[in-house]
Amino acid sequence: MTDMEQIAQLKQVVDDLLQEAHKQGADNAEAGVSVQTGLSVTVRLGEIETIEHTSDNGLAVTVYFDRRKGSANTTDLRPEAIRESVAAACRIAKHTSEDPAAGLADPELMAREVPNLDLYHPWQLSAEAAMESARECEAAARGLDPRICNSEGATLYTQRSSFIYGNSHGFVGGYPTTRHGLSCAVIAQQDDEMQRDYWYDSSRLPAALADPAEIGREAARRTLARLGGRRLGTRECPVLFRADVAPSLLRSLFGAIRGHAVYRRSTFMLDKVGTQIFPDWVTISEDPLIPRGQASAPFDNEGVATRYRELVAGGVLQGYLLDSYAARKLGLQSTASAGGVRNARIASSGQSFDELLREMDRGLVVTELMGQGSNLVTGDYSRGAAGFWVEGGEIQYPVDEITVAGNLGDMYRQLVAVGSDDAIPGSVKTGSWLFENMTIGGD
Amino acid sequence: MTHSTAIARQMLLDAPGLSEAHLGQVMDRLLSRQVDAADIYFQYSRLESWVLEDGIIKEGNHSIEQGAGLRAISGDKTGFAYTDSLELSRLLDAAGAARAIARAGQHACHAAGPGATAPALYAPLNPLESLNEAEKIELMRRTDAVARAADPRVQQVIVSLVAAHDVILVMDNGGQINGDVRPLVRMNVQVIVEQEGRREQGSAGGGARQALDFFLQQERALGYAREAVRQALVNLEAVAAPAGMLPVVLGPGWPGVLLHEAVGHGLEGDFNRKGTSAFAGRVGEQVASPLCTVVDDGTLPGRRGSLSIDDEGTPSGYNVLIENGILKGYMQDKMNARLMGVAPTGNGRRESYAHLPMPRMTNTYMLAGKHQPGEIISSVRHGLYAVNFGGGQVDITSGKFVFSANEAYLIEDGKVTRPVKGATLIGNGPEVMTRISMVGDDLALDTGVGTCGKEGQSVPVGVGQPTLKIDQLTVGGTAA
Repeated sequence: MTDMEQIAQLKQVVDDLLQEAHKQGADNAEAGVSVQTGLSVTVRLGEIETIEHTSDNGLAVTVYFDRRKGSANTTDLRPEAIRESVAAACRIAKHTSEDPAAGLADPELMAREVPNLDLYHPWQLSAEAAMESARECEAAARGLDPRICNSEGATLYTQRSSFIYGNSHGFVGGYPTTRHGLSCAVIAQQDDEMQRDYWYDSSRLPAALADPAEIGREAARRTLARLGGRRLGTRECPVLFRADVAPSLLRSLFGAIRGHAVYRRSTFMLDKVGTQIFPDWVTISEDPLIPRGQASAPFDNEGVATRYRELVAGGVLQGYLLDSYAARKLGLQSTASAGGVRNARIASSGQSFDELLREMDRGLVVTELMGQGSNLVTGDYSRGAAGFWVEGGEIQYPVDEITVAGNLGDMYRQLVAVGSDDAIPGSVKTGSWLFENMTIGGD
Repeated sequence: MTHSTAIARQMLLDAPGLSEAHLGQVMDRLLSRQVDAADIYFQYSRLESWVLEDGIIKEGNHSIEQGAGLRAISGDKTGFAYTDSLELSRLLDAAGAARAIARAGQHACHAAGPGATAPALYAPLNPLESLNEAEKIELMRRTDAVARAADPRVQQVIVSLVAAHDVILVMDNGGQINGDVRPLVRMNVQVIVEQEGRREQGSAGGGARQALDFFLQQERALGYAREAVRQALVNLEAVAAPAGMLPVVLGPGWPGVLLHEAVGHGLEGDFNRKGTSAFAGRVGEQVASPLCTVVDDGTLPGRRGSLSIDDEGTPSGYNVLIENGILKGYMQDKMNARLMGVAPTGNGRRESYAHLPMPRMTNTYMLAGKHQPGEIISSVRHGLYAVNFGGGQVDITSGKFVFSANEAYLIEDGKVTRPVKGATLIGNGPEVMTRISMVGDDLALDTGVGTCGKEGQSVPVGVGQPTLKIDQLTVGGTAA
């Protein structure tokens, strides 16, 4: 089946679903259906370890009866499972409460046209060819240094998906996408100490993936750099979050400005729209319409047209992340945020990573974070960390088994700089973040 | 054949019209080149969830997960394919894709045989139907009312109720067919309290492989409501947590997440076969203080982490991992056990038919010691008493692990004093285990809330421990 035929078939499934929901008495309904197939091949110590043929289907339907909501989903797309799902959603809606904020997104917000964002670049990849790339990647990692003594392997995957979303406003839209990735994790040993680290790349476009051998070498370099880690004494000092761990600081912000957290009053960003939450040089944006972007989408999970948006401008919070439900709860309008932030970016204050090291002079570079210690109700932040100690603007030695702690609200306000070193994989564009002062827990 | 296997055969083979001859055909396809082992895993799963928020029943969801996963193993190589359809033609296609892992060669043989019998650790019931909708809603509303009545500072209450009915059937290349019917229920209460502009949260819940009336028994649901409010109010009073190395006393029950992270993952067979764990090659060595005996026990009736059989058909076990500080063995699935020359331990688990099995924990806990909890606390001059935790994480290669306290107190001169804010604790698993200097007589298991993630797969687990003291552990507060 061609992808266009598949899209047409999924569109039919959504049409049938919406009709079935109306037949069962729903005033409004929305449904999404997706099919995904893929191949994932792992090579370990030069030999094939696993070949996985993936095939993941999903269908989700939500029905509304007088602002009472019911929903269902299924991985089984046979007609009997779809009928069971619609019936279950309708049954549930008889028992949920009437909720004035429930319902589809407003009809005037629906995407009128669906721009082609160039997200579909299938890869006709045989298991043998996948194995060769993975092998090349792992071999480069293992060959870099004799201290690389073991491996968790290298994995190459390719996926293609098609999805369709439709609702009772008559909106129906969908498109095919692809995603490809290569990752490698190796182990280094020195005396009694073992360390592990990894590296990866992912892309919509097979040709845009980094060279397998370079991914392998980067995995090895990162692993070797951890050897000989020391602990630090407990102290307060400046901290530089390297670019590859900095996206977590943006994600905490996004979690805190989510409309659902705001109407529940369960966020430290409550009532902060229009106020200074970062220094005035900070701009944070999302651009869902970037061609080939890893998180690009022409409409959100409710059919609302997406657009470029500044979340923070001049350091001032511009608005929350609202789906239609949170928007109604707060008396605002949807910001096309059902499904999250798409292609976030924080603008750099201009310094390279090395310039940031010099600016910090003496302090901690964090290159790994462990655990979930971000409390978004209070902003309290405490996480396990590893990285490097810096003196005289230069890296001195690796450190591990320490904690970094502060409060996210204070950290954001006191952000010193964001680096220009934003060439990291993934959908979030950020350089390294420098903070004036945090608490380090150690010896 | 067990009662559960009979039910599973009816739902997963008879209903879609699959006969034993059909299964033989699929298995032949999987085995038609050189493979050491193969299995076919069928799953029928229904999950229902409800959410109460703002005092109203806001959402309900019904979820279907159904399909078959087919696996062929040659040495340490695995071929895997799955399908959401139980039609014979789709199963044969998947078998053809999965077997491609093995090079041409000999033909492994198989013969149909009866499944192993393991005692059922839970009733083969459907928890979605164990209360009617009105009863489910009444349970949630009463829970909400108790939370709101508990204190005027309660601003927001979110109650969730989940019931899952999971039926699995697994056939191995010996022709053995084993089935299991796995009920699982879970309830949670989250509250937000507000006082003079300061907001804090509290959360409590529980679960089991039982019917939903589990939450009505002993007023469990109402207990979760009171506990969530209590925690949130404690947090309103919390001061900055200390930073640095301190003696840490962990309370009983859920703080056993320590064991899950500090030793549990590091003792899973796959990491040890590959030599990537800090515990690799150390069986027979002292890896913890002599006060520590740690088991992984999938045989506790009705517990969230328990399994009558694992996802490869092996009966789950009571496996001693560490005895008086000595490492006794690892947790195994069939493949890693075969490659390491030991017996499977009933720890072969998978999130669903669409995921490969691997060694996973069930209920992991430390056996009771001799000390009274009170004397453990009074032995500390200046330290931390941590009684509730969020999640944790471990790097099994370096042994570094973290877990995040969300209810903790200072110990000053042998007495529990002020509550402190949440903080991450970090240590090195093998090192921290040797610093356990007192173990209480108050072993408790968690209330049935644990979910463990590994390589992107989530499975329900349990943890437990008595009160215990770690002489030195790094605490990640802000008060340096």
